[in-house]
Amino acid sequence: MTRLTRILRTTAFKLSLLYIAIFTGLSGFLLIYISRNTTELMASQVVQTVDAEISGLSEEYVRGGVRAVVESIERRARRPDASIYLLVDFAGNSIVGNISRLPTVVLDEADGDVRRMKYGRVEAGGEVEREALVRIFELRGGFRLLVGRDLGEQLRFSAILSGALRFWLIAVVLMAGATWFFVSRRVMKRIDDIAATSQTIMHGDLSRRLPVAGNGDEFDRLATNLNDMLERIELLMQGMKDVTDNIAHDLKTPLTRMRTRVETVLREGRDQPDYREALEATIEDSDNLIRIFDALLRIARVEAMSPEAGMEPFDLKAVIDEMAELYAPVVEDEDGRLEVTVEEPARVFGNRDLIAQCVVNLVENVLKYGRPEEGGPVILIKAAPEAGRMVLTVSDTGPGISGPDRDRVTGRFVRLDESRTKPGYGLGLSLVRAIARLHGGTLRLQDAAPGLKVSIDLALADEKKTPNGKGVADHGSGNGS
Amino acid sequence: MLRILIIEDDAEASAYLAKGLKELGHLADQAGDGETGLEMALGSTYDVLIVDRMLPRRDGLSVIEELRKAGDQTPVLILSALGQVDDRVKGLKAGGDDYLPKPYAFTELQARIEALSRRPKAGGEVVTTYQVGDLVLDRLAHSCRRGDTDIPLQPREFRLLEYLMQHAGQVVTRTMLLENVWEYHFDPQTNVIDVHISRLRGKIDKDFDRPLLHTIRGAGYTIRDTAD
Repeated sequence: MTRLTRILRTTAFKLSLLYIAIFTGLSGFLLIYISRNTTELMASQVVQTVDAEISGLSEEYVRGGVRAVVESIERRARRPDASIYLLVDFAGNSIVGNISRLPTVVLDEADGDVRRMKYGRVEAGGEVEREALVRIFELRGGFRLLVGRDLGEQLRFSAILSGALRFWLIAVVLMAGATWFFVSRRVMKRIDDIAATSQTIMHGDLSRRLPVAGNGDEFDRLATNLNDMLERIELLMQGMKDVTDNIAHDLKTPLTRMRTRVETVLREGRDQPDYREALEATIEDSDNLIRIFDALLRIARVEAMSPEAGMEPFDLKAVIDEMAELYAPVVEDEDGRLEVTVEEPARVFGNRDLIAQCVVNLVENVLKYGRPEEGGPVILIKAAPEAGRMVLTVSDTGPGISGPDRDRVTGRFVRLDESRTKPGYGLGLSLVRAIARLHGGTLRLQDAAPGLKVSIDLALADEKKTPNGKGVADHGSGNGS
Repeated sequence: MLRILIIEDDAEASAYLAKGLKELGHLADQAGDGETGLEMALGSTYDVLIVDRMLPRRDGLSVIEELRKAGDQTPVLILSALGQVDDRVKGLKAGGDDYLPKPYAFTELQARIEALSRRPKAGGEVVTTYQVGDLVLDRLAHSCRRGDTDIPLQPREFRLLEYLMQHAGQVVTRTMLLENVWEYHFDPQTNVIDVHISRLRGKIDKDFDRPLLHTIRGAGYTIRDTAD
């Protein structure tokens, strides 16, 4: 019962009901219109036939008197599909005709009007009562002549028509009813499925996804969107968990080290240089901690930034060139190679500082983790338009990252170097990903065989206008030297 | 010695800052909210103002705007609770001269305050030559000499040396160099600036009797003639 009431409450049900009403109304109107017009047409045909008969008989009467009329009627009445005739004298006695019985009163109204009446007729199986349209005339000498057409055919047609109408209406209502029942049940089922899955998800099983039927209907679109949202929530939850796990390691280790150092020098320190050294090392450790927090805050801030903030059109080539120039001595010192390939024009819309930060983080990643087994690091920076977006790619020839690790590595504090002996906090790619998202793009890690290829996509400058000049930084040109 | 006004509502942070600055030999006054800060800044002469963005009664940016409207051109260093990326632009537009996101290293703050206090006043004479010891940088001729030796510099090296010499005797941090020489505002992470400094050092110090470009541990760099 509750299921039925729920179905009755659905939009699908209400809409179906409305459509049934409209459709039934229109069909009914159409059928009534057709049957009425047909009846009228047939009636007028009957009247015309009757009129023709009458004018024929009148001529006979004028030419040959009652005798001629009688003969003519006798002849005509024998034809198949005959009209009905009756000629009576002034006293009402039947002279000739093919009617066995009729309401006597009818003959008194010999005014020549068309009227409908019942009459009896002798057929093979005896006398039957039929209906007919008739005209009655008074001839000279008190004779009265009745001429009419049987309505049997017409009545049968009307019966067929109204039968069809009823059948049609019933069929329409039944079909529509079945349709809405099926549709609403299907709708209800989809909604119930979604609700049930959401319940499971709400109870903590974030890995569940809403069912997608795969036919691309509105439920699929809704389910797909909700699934994407769940994906993101799960990612965030996982990120939180990773952060908590990793904070324990990355923040606790330097804190413990600081504490041990201070403790040791308090216990064993002999002179001022001892204390001084310990304090300087402590400052260095705490600077590192501050740097980690700064990096975390920066990621959080980028993730919370509104997309328009500080965005402007700028020349990506200039930024890449300047970053390449900034890192050229570092790469050179390590016997590496840094190549820049930019397809011009490379004007993009975004936050110049953040994009520069992306380039720097990716370049530093190569320096830290992307060295080939022999020789210095090779850094290839590329920017080229692709499918209406500008794709910025930094690739190396190092060990690369295996497939499953590629998804993981963009999380906060994730370092594939399990021993955590290499420098860094595991926040670089997290920041790049946050920046890519802020710019409406995605961070992609691919196999460069050998090496790793990291790319982000940015909006081309022409797509968007400068947001009414507000919040646009005046960075100067950087002189591009 | 600099006269410094700290406008900051966090009493502990303010006291810590004042103590640190006093230990460096500066005079530091404190104001706990925007209105008081504005009154104090207008009432007496300071060399540098340190203004927090978020203040009770009147926010930091509005304090700076009022000051500038009143014709007060005292250099202002803006502090912001979170290093919000787009805050910098707003702060500098409001009339601030430099911007430092919290948390900051005290050395970074100290370096920036000293740089601000030495900032050439608007309308002052334009300096065309910088000299530290026997190192001379000619901004017009775009040339650099040490003693009798011409030192060829790449354009970026020239700007790096120019900035260092402009702040001769003061500590300049890596972030300040990135902001002022490269004009980017982000975290350089590794030793990228150090590599540029060491290249510059190779040109101006390597073949000479005494070094002019010094590393200040945990803070940054300074260029000065130790014989002075």
